[in-house]
Amino acid sequence: MSAYNANIVPPPMAAPPPNGNQFNGQSAPTVAPPPMQYQQQQQQPVQQKLPLQQQQYQQPPPPISGYQQPGVAAPTVGNLPPPPLQFNSNVINKFLPPVTTTAAPPGPGPNGLPPHLRPTPTQNGPPSMINGSNGAHSSANSSRTASPGLMTTAPKPPPPTNVANLTSNLQNLNLQPTNGISGPPPTTQQQQQQQQQLVHKDYRGVAVGAVGNNPPQLDTSGANSLISASGLTAQVPLPNHMASPFSATNKLISSAPLNSSSARVFGNAAPVAKPPQSSGQKILYGVQATPDQQQHQQQQQLQQQNQQNNNLQRPPQAAAPPPTAAAAPTGASQAWQPTQLMRPPVPGVPTMQPLQQAQAPPPLAKPPLAGGPLPPQQQQPGYPYGQAYAQQTALPPPPTLQPPPPTGGVFGVQQPNQAPLQYQTQPPPPPVQQPYGASNPAAAASPMQFAPMNVTQQGFSQLWGQDTIDLMQNRHVLSPATLQTPKIVLHNQFQESINCSPNIMRCTLTKIPESNSLLQKSRLPLGIVIHPFRDVNSLPVIQCINIVRCRLCRTYINPFVYFVDSKMWKCNLCYRVNELPEDFQFDPATKTYGDVTRRPEVRSSTIEFIAPSEYMLRPPQPAMYLFLFDVSIIAQQSGYLETACAVLSRHLDEMPGDARTQVGFICYDSFVHFYSMADGLNQPHEMTLLDIDDPFLPRPDSLLVNLKECKELVKDLLKQLPKRFAHTHDPGSALGAALQVAFKLMQASGGRITVFQSCLPNKGPGALEPREDPNNRSSKDVAHLNPATDFYKRYALECSGYQIACDLFLMNQQYSDMATISGISKHSGGCVHHFPLYQKSKPHMVDSFRMCFKRYLTRKIGFEAVMRIRCTRGLQVHTFHGNFFVRSTDLLSLPNVNPDAGFGMQISYEESLSDVKTICFQAALLYTNSEGERRIRVHTVCLPVTASLPEVMHSADTEAIIGLLSKMAVDRSIASNLSDARDAFINATIDVFNAFKIAQNLPSGQSGQLIAPRSLALMPMYILAMLKHPAFRVGTSTRLDDRVYAMDCMKTLPLDQLMKYVYPELYKIDALIYHARNSNVSSNQQEDEDDDDEPLPDLPRLQLSAEHLDSRSIFLMDCGNLIMLYVGLNVPVDVLESVLGIGSTAELADYVYGLPSVATAENDVLKRFILRLNYDKPYGPLVQIIRDTSLAKGMFIERLTDDRSESSLSYYEFLQHIRAQVK
Amino acid sequence: MVFNFTAFTYIVALIGDAFLIFFAIFHVIAFDELKTDYKNPIDQCNSLNPLVLPEYLLHVFLNLLFLVCGEWFSLCINIPLIAYHVWRYKNRPVMSGPGLYDPTTVLKTDTLSRNMREGWIKLAVYLISFFYYIYGMVYSLIST
Repeated sequence: MSAYNANIVPPPMAAPPPNGNQFNGQSAPTVAPPPMQYQQQQQQPVQQKLPLQQQQYQQPPPPISGYQQPGVAAPTVGNLPPPPLQFNSNVINKFLPPVTTTAAPPGPGPNGLPPHLRPTPTQNGPPSMINGSNGAHSSANSSRTASPGLMTTAPKPPPPTNVANLTSNLQNLNLQPTNGISGPPPTTQQQQQQQQQLVHKDYRGVAVGAVGNNPPQLDTSGANSLISASGLTAQVPLPNHMASPFSATNKLISSAPLNSSSARVFGNAAPVAKPPQSSGQKILYGVQATPDQQQHQQQQQLQQQNQQNNNLQRPPQAAAPPPTAAAAPTGASQAWQPTQLMRPPVPGVPTMQPLQQAQAPPPLAKPPLAGGPLPPQQQQPGYPYGQAYAQQTALPPPPTLQPPPPTGGVFGVQQPNQAPLQYQTQPPPPPVQQPYGASNPAAAASPMQFAPMNVTQQGFSQLWGQDTIDLMQNRHVLSPATLQTPKIVLHNQFQESINCSPNIMRCTLTKIPESNSLLQKSRLPLGIVIHPFRDVNSLPVIQCINIVRCRLCRTYINPFVYFVDSKMWKCNLCYRVNELPEDFQFDPATKTYGDVTRRPEVRSSTIEFIAPSEYMLRPPQPAMYLFLFDVSIIAQQSGYLETACAVLSRHLDEMPGDARTQVGFICYDSFVHFYSMADGLNQPHEMTLLDIDDPFLPRPDSLLVNLKECKELVKDLLKQLPKRFAHTHDPGSALGAALQVAFKLMQASGGRITVFQSCLPNKGPGALEPREDPNNRSSKDVAHLNPATDFYKRYALECSGYQIACDLFLMNQQYSDMATISGISKHSGGCVHHFPLYQKSKPHMVDSFRMCFKRYLTRKIGFEAVMRIRCTRGLQVHTFHGNFFVRSTDLLSLPNVNPDAGFGMQISYEESLSDVKTICFQAALLYTNSEGERRIRVHTVCLPVTASLPEVMHSADTEAIIGLLSKMAVDRSIASNLSDARDAFINATIDVFNAFKIAQNLPSGQSGQLIAPRSLALMPMYILAMLKHPAFRVGTSTRLDDRVYAMDCMKTLPLDQLMKYVYPELYKIDALIYHARNSNVSSNQQEDEDDDDEPLPDLPRLQLSAEHLDSRSIFLMDCGNLIMLYVGLNVPVDVLESVLGIGSTAELADYVYGLPSVATAENDVLKRFILRLNYDKPYGPLVQIIRDTSLAKGMFIERLTDDRSESSLSYYEFLQHIRAQVK
Repeated sequence: MVFNFTAFTYIVALIGDAFLIFFAIFHVIAFDELKTDYKNPIDQCNSLNPLVLPEYLLHVFLNLLFLVCGEWFSLCINIPLIAYHVWRYKNRPVMSGPGLYDPTTVLKTDTLSRNMREGWIKLAVYLISFFYYIYGMVYSLIST
């Protein structure tokens, strides 16, 4: 099981405990060695994806003295633990810019791109290539793996070179079709491979038997889990006789940790197995330097704990590598080297030692075999540190440890891909789940020597992503395994590889229940969250005379259609058989006729068409921008106008648009001021409209002027505007009137109206009264979430009819009734930005606004857009969430679409899906780009259908669910009230766990456990964070405008940003700092794996709890639009100096913004890390530095949502509450 | 056979009810059009909203007549509907004009199906009461 641990918890940061192998091997000798081989091979694919890692292994081993002497600490750079394995790299990569990809991943979490995915820019090309000649190979292989019987007849190891090539080919084919770069491994490695192959063969024979014993468990859920868990399966069947020889080797090796060639084969991990000395050094992080015996026992315990934890925890010391894993050369070596090489404590962390030790279970106190739950405290809370450490201090592995990634590929490759196929083809009946119940945590906890069957089952369950976690036992559930985005497993490899990127479209369930009743049983919401206009690189754009669409449902042809023959295709949404036009056989890329499957439409599930004229109702409009500035006295006091005009003036040229681009400006206080920039004028003329109750345009032209022709005038105006109103004393704000004239101005063409508002509109049409009662901000009943008048909504609807979108920048000093005003954006496809208490005297706000506004001006824009969501017959879109106007049941009218807008759709059933295997959602966005081209962007996602309730539950996508639930909750709080919405959150969680209990046939009644599928393990955590979010919290003083804005964000943020907004990412950056220091020494060893410079270590994400904080470290919290650096009180001076350029924390003011520039490697690495976090964000957020004693600390603490606050539960209390409710 | 006030009331009620039936049919058709994309929700709401209050007022007016002439049973069978109307109008979305239907939410599947159901149920109620009014009219003409 521990093997499973090592794998599932992707080694990257997991830095599995060094000692685990050894102990496992001994404690459960039966399970030991063969699996290693197996595992290694399983991991191959992963390895391959990580060129970076491969290189690491090839690096010469650092001097051994290195880790004995703390001072030498440097050389670790190369040893990044491999990033989480489970990503659909193909898909993701497609959407990443090849260049910057390395910097991309926001974090180690699955959300970010793991580094290994990045270095393959070539994937942007057609991923579908797999189908080519190579397909045959893969299929052949797959069949082999699929039927166990064949395994025994596994081919003799061909000459090493062949094997290597073949395997690498296969890997390329299956896993990374486009990434065929990996060259043949060095010859020594080939030998290794050969040997491994042999071993494999034997092992497989064994494995087959074991497999035969167990009815295949269902769920083909994820290639991820397959890859990661495959080690387990292997492990399961291991008979004792197999194990003993290897265990012997293990010992041997461990006694002589350095690599002999023999050690390579079986025991690449050998060094790992025996790091007593290193462990001694590692004490700090929880592994005590105890006599071996004690260590063993501890390890065992830890292992057991791990088992219980179902691999969700990666405690440094306890990350007890699976016994079998010891042998896995690649995986093990990655995982373990770090520990081996552990450095003496780095200054930052030593305080942890006592704590860790205390928490390490007493050597002899083994937990009950049957999985007696360990008290939560015992669960190595400190793991993050250990991990961080492991990363920092890991030395490059000795050369012998390097298993050449491509080797062993045969199995590694086949397994992950094939296993799912096998089971997919014969979908297991639901009852199979029964044995499954056994694999609940209790079973999981049982020691492996005990229950081989259980182990097997568990292995299977993991293999198919069906492992469960007892949340009560595992408070630290945030791990790469739980964070990963579930992969969609289709029957068809080709389709899997090209399915729509999860960044663009994600479904809350990666397997669709076949009927509504099944969905109801699972109690999960069904819906999709979509980010249709996301900035993507390498988007295939095609121009063709006729776009191939289904004649019945108008679906665009996509990779998931069925080609009846070369002339016909069958729509995958309505099943109509359509004809293919002649010219569809022409492949524009190769300029050849013949194969339909080479068409870009069929090879990419995200594609853009340049639309012919029948997609236009009128000639494409030019880019039109109109800016409305509030110049009342409050606005002048806030001083936003200066900044806005400056930014605008600077970026006028970068605003998207062609030569026809027009701009205009209107200012309003109690009156409306127009600016005419007619041709002959040498400076803009102001006209003031006094009659705001019946506004009209003072002149028909020259108010909107061509930007190119009148740039000087425009710049002149922008320079004068702030001065012009600098001394105004007008308290009025006639927003309504200004909007009405703006509408008249834009009516003819459509375009974008940008409104800057800084106070409550109080004059003319649409005047509002203050509604908020400041004394009531923390009450349980939040009133006035609804608009006070429908003036703004009606205005927005009118606008949307004329293709005008209104965007709102609210920079208010006091209550401005955002709930009402934001109506102009909500229903016209606009966006809302909020800068509460904006003051020009606060430089950080100014900076933040400047960045935001710059992004706003320069980002892409699509005009006169409509988006239609189509789904397979039997499903329909139930409710839409986002900013738009719903023009018909499946058509969204988006006068403007911007790249930062996300949408959500709830899906409901119209009829049962029991007769189909897959369903598709297609989102088609028709828009006019800023160059006046009409374009259609089409995203298609394909999902399998299942009839099994457990499968549904195990395939849930927590993040998407949270995204959808938050949108539904916003609707609920507006339609009903906030406490309803809060109750709905809690009930949803309880229902889900209830449903899962039923699905698993667990005994009803209170059990002290809260069993969750791995896929939903994070749900309570997120829900709790949601309840404490400004949008939904009660009991904490929250300004109404802030709350409404937060709710608006819930509705409109794309999922990746929303998750950061709800549950910020917390990192301890010590590892970065030491990484930087070490890299100075060993930078020459570091090959340029990444596109820029050396790679950053993957930092583990920490749960948002103060228990992870310590006073000697610096922490970074990424909240999406704000990054907070929390500097502990006792951070060593040298760290402070090198990172922040200060001598002591006392030098930090209470509010410090911006990361100081210091010419040190540490500062640089931190900057790069932040850059990487920001990669996917629309604009770089503000960095705030918070010292431990600062007044701003509250901001940081407030976001630690796992902790208890005076008005809310802690995570553990929340779990207990949930558990008590689950029947 | 005397033509008294009660008989007159029922005759008026019959005529009024015929209008109500038309309203209900129109309502159902309008939402069906929405569902099948024939109409833009803004237009549809603009045509539906002005009819809501007249329908309610007409219905209330008929019941006032029943009240005046002491037709308690007829009144009773209509009271639930009146109560529903009042409740419904009290909980309407924020709107400046009269009416119930908000173009931004009317296309939500929930709202749509609820409105459809409401239309059918009202149609049924009006039809049934139409026949009852015929009976009431005849009865009042005969009995006196």
